[in-house]
Amino acid sequence: MLSLLLAAEVAKCGAAIGAGLAVIGAGIGIGRIGGQAMDAMARQPEEQPKLLSSMIIAAALVEGVAFFAIIIALLAIVM
Amino acid sequence: MKKIKLKQFFFIFVMLFTLAPVTVSARQNIDVGNILWGHIKDSYDWHITKIGKTPVIIHLPVIVKSSTGWHVFSSSRFSEVKNTNGNRPGPYGLYIKSADAKSHPGKIMEMVNGNEVRPLDISITKTVCVLFIDAILLLICVLVPARWCRHHKWDDSAPKGFTGLMHMFIMSIYHDVVKSTMTDREAVVYGPWLMTCFFFIFLANLMGVVPFPPGGGNLTGNITCTFFLGITTFIITNVTGSKEYWKSIFWPKVPLWLKCPVPLMPFIELFSIITKPLALMIRLFANMLAGHAIALSFAAMIFIMFNISENAVVDAAAGTGMTVVSIAMSIFMMLLEILVCYIQALVFTMLSAVFIHLAHEKSEPKAETVKA
Repeated sequence: MLSLLLAAEVAKCGAAIGAGLAVIGAGIGIGRIGGQAMDAMARQPEEQPKLLSSMIIAAALVEGVAFFAIIIALLAIVM
Repeated sequence: MKKIKLKQFFFIFVMLFTLAPVTVSARQNIDVGNILWGHIKDSYDWHITKIGKTPVIIHLPVIVKSSTGWHVFSSSRFSEVKNTNGNRPGPYGLYIKSADAKSHPGKIMEMVNGNEVRPLDISITKTVCVLFIDAILLLICVLVPARWCRHHKWDDSAPKGFTGLMHMFIMSIYHDVVKSTMTDREAVVYGPWLMTCFFFIFLANLMGVVPFPPGGGNLTGNITCTFFLGITTFIITNVTGSKEYWKSIFWPKVPLWLKCPVPLMPFIELFSIITKPLALMIRLFANMLAGHAIALSFAAMIFIMFNISENAVVDAAAGTGMTVVSIAMSIFMMLLEILVCYIQALVFTMLSAVFIHLAHEKSEPKAETVKA
């Protein structure tokens, strides 16, 4: 059982699970941003362009963090 | 009536093309990983296509400084046949390591005294070629519309066509990103870097994602390119930072116990100086790498399905069905990718503008107490 921990394939398994967890975080984050942007746009339809661009920028920042986790997972697979 | 019949006939004729790959062969192992990495990774020659049996390759120049001095030669002098280690031998004792090697796969190495050494390698590789093409294209796209300004007065009517498009684009970025986050004086000094950043990243992203036949290639999906962009923003932010900026890092306005015996806050602030450009760099790199991989995978799916079984009829059915699905998904993903290209360039530029502006904060004027 202990020798199983030394197998290189366990690293790949861990990387895949890590990537999945990162995607959960990104999905929740961007979903919340989108939802609150929808609320704001419904309250003030005349501010819609400004709200839209702010939403896109905030989503890109959250996605950046998720991509950081993806890169670490890729490194765990390749190295 | 005749026009409608022609359209329908043309549609059926085009759909018949989806059966074309059936004639290729019954069972071929499609190595998707190889296709993906071949497009994304760097290499010393540029595989364009295969006409019949002969591949069309452009052999790029190799410029190395090995232990025997400077050498400039074409990469065609490396043999296509791999030797026993899987490496491709070449002149002057140099060889290209195999793509499956543990360290430095696909790079030029040299055997010096029994050790493998990497010589100083400034070859014109595929990524460097794409960089040159993108730079020339960017100069043409920006400088040619700029000539309009030389021949017209500022209150002439607006230009039309491509010139009008570029003017609109450039002014929208200048007003919404540069001028809205920085003061006017800073915008004049740092505007050139930020605008160059945006247009270079946008054009490089587009050239990597949309497969233009002669000059397309992966540039921003290469971490060294985004590393350079991040490092330049880092250098500009910190070298031109004001005294208040450095003071707020080493002696921030926080309670004394956070900075005096153990400098907690200064350490965190120093760390954040490094992580901000690092995040910029990794965000752009990962977005572009993932985008290219997705675009290529959807195209490769068609080829996989056409070779999925031994039976030619099942192949044709699976392949045709998958082609329709794959093309629909590919169009959707490519449109999303073009949006991501624009958004990533915008986010990089906006964050760089914010970092540079934050490094030039002037201290607030001291409030004066009024004697009653």
